[in-house]
Amino acid sequence: MPAGSQPAFSMRRSLFRKNLVTALLLAPAAVWLVVFLVLPFVAIAIFSVGERAPEGGYQAALTLAQYANLPARATAFWNTMVLAPAGALACLLVAYPVAYYLALRAPQRWRLILLALIVIPFWTSLLMRTYAWMYILGGRGIPALLAYVGIEDLRLINTPGAVLLGIVYGYLPLMILPIYVSLERLDRRLLEASADLGATPLSTFLSVTLRLSLPGVMTGFSLVMILLLGEYLIPTLLGGGKVFFIGNALVDLFLQSRNWPFGSAIAITLVLVSVVVLIVANRISTRLSGARRVDLI
Amino acid sequence: MPKSYRDGLPITPDKFIDQLMRLKRGSISRRDFLGLTGLGVATAVMARELGIMPTPAYAAENLGDRMSIATWPNYHDPQTFENFKAETGVAVEVNVFGSNEEMLAKLQAGGSGWSLFVPTNYTISTYKKLGIIEPLDMAKLTNFDGKSEDARFTAEGTIDGTIYAVPKNWGTTGFAVNTKKLAKPMSSWKEFWDTAMAEADGRTMVHDYQLTTIGNALKYYGYSFNSLKQDELAKAEELLLKVKPHLFAVSSDYQPAMRAGDAWMTMCWTNDGAQLHRDIPEIAYVLGKEGGEIWTDFYAIPKDAPNKPAGYALLNYLMNPKVAVKEHLANGAPSTDARVNALLPKEVLDNPILYPAADLLKPLEFGAAATLTDPGRAELMARFKSA
Repeated sequence: MPAGSQPAFSMRRSLFRKNLVTALLLAPAAVWLVVFLVLPFVAIAIFSVGERAPEGGYQAALTLAQYANLPARATAFWNTMVLAPAGALACLLVAYPVAYYLALRAPQRWRLILLALIVIPFWTSLLMRTYAWMYILGGRGIPALLAYVGIEDLRLINTPGAVLLGIVYGYLPLMILPIYVSLERLDRRLLEASADLGATPLSTFLSVTLRLSLPGVMTGFSLVMILLLGEYLIPTLLGGGKVFFIGNALVDLFLQSRNWPFGSAIAITLVLVSVVVLIVANRISTRLSGARRVDLI
Repeated sequence: MPKSYRDGLPITPDKFIDQLMRLKRGSISRRDFLGLTGLGVATAVMARELGIMPTPAYAAENLGDRMSIATWPNYHDPQTFENFKAETGVAVEVNVFGSNEEMLAKLQAGGSGWSLFVPTNYTISTYKKLGIIEPLDMAKLTNFDGKSEDARFTAEGTIDGTIYAVPKNWGTTGFAVNTKKLAKPMSSWKEFWDTAMAEADGRTMVHDYQLTTIGNALKYYGYSFNSLKQDELAKAEELLLKVKPHLFAVSSDYQPAMRAGDAWMTMCWTNDGAQLHRDIPEIAYVLGKEGGEIWTDFYAIPKDAPNKPAGYALLNYLMNPKVAVKEHLANGAPSTDARVNALLPKEVLDNPILYPAADLLKPLEFGAAATLTDPGRAELMARFKSA
């Protein structure tokens, strides 16, 4: 027997084993995705070319009428397209200084505690936390306190401001954490070098710190924005059902007017829009950071 | 979606704290002790299994230990379900809804999990047509007495001589006004909508429900509450879009906002009007003199009910006049059952919120089945909400 065949055989075997391990590791996720993402998506795609049954629901057909009807929800799409980036931007403006402080300024021994304080409220369901805001902003909350100092009949709840507040509050950790991670990995020597070369703190921040944290910013931004594209809970609870997102239009189409085909067409459109947003965000962050690949997305 | 965190809570926060403090003091009643330790249930179960303590009324069928009911916000005496649980061992999970459309959507999608639900009169024919509800087995509803029911309100539960639903109570759809904030007297839908754009700017609520929101906008022009005519609906839409920026909210769960003083005026059902007025006397209930809605809510059992025996048992329990009278005292809607009316105190029967004067009742219309499934009204509602 030639001496070399033994290692080759065992290499093939180890390759096979490696593939098997990879397959086994990926199997749960793959099954999950097929059952809970691909199959429902196919079902929705089929619904979207159907017709509304006379009493509501779905009736088989092959038509693009539902897609042609999309302009009927133009306002809802428009509201979403304005409020989702605005909400993500507001989130970013609040989150960046927090992440900056945590990563670069906070004393080491405090860092973990502060991070925990940011993450822990996230363990409570968004519904609960939003309900809490309903009571804080409602007539028996802040307005009742203000009435003591003579400011009467102030209305906070069910305003666009309340919705924005709810959005910023609800999604803040999702923005802080990616930015924190990118700032934390920042090589401090670059900051020293920048200072040595005569840059002011501001220009160091703008051309070094901010630059290098952009991947984190874009990750947080697209993460929050994509969740906001489908948001319906916060506008319902803090906007009093008057601020109408595409998510609210979807809920109504399935739960009130029972127009499944039209709802499906909107859902498909929303998924496509989200994918486009994701791709654009990815492109931008790749270009800005000059890197080829970006973490998380 | 449940409309308030309080719905379905097994205990109110106040009661919980009370109980906690009492336990801390070391005081505990026998019932609480049995309840907290589970010994009560264990004893009852063992007694029943061993045949020591048979529960005669329900012994024939296994009712399981839980069931789910779909109903309206603030619509039942929570104690009713507690008592039912104590008697039968079946815990009742309560789901609340803001519109009949929402209930229909859940049932159409299947797997709602409800063993009993509370549809409004005009929806029953559609449920029957879609095969979603089953003819009631009246042999299991011994507490129901058709002869004592007021036929004005109960007709739509029976289709072609078969009973598909039995009435819970009737009522009207008017509006509630906080008279401390809005002092001028109002008596019409025209005043409701005009005030919403003036004195009650930013403080008015309308239902998240096409039937009443569109219907009462139609009444502004004196059209039928149930109109499906294009030109009349177009006028109603024009009004709704004009009012939209002035509204506080579009929601059928208006009690919390009215109680907190956030909202000063809201479209309102009899039972909520009665509850609000009972607790906060300055909140008045007004019926539009142009007309509007009169309704009956029924109990029905879905064909795919997971626990039909418990559904029937609870329904029969609720049909007992002694139980029903407590429900009416708690929820404030007038009963269709003469046996229940006989048990109600005089001040309830004299309450004009529950029993409006005949001339106010006369122009009211029952909702029409066609409005439930009309795509035109559904789209109008969507345009109104997204505006």
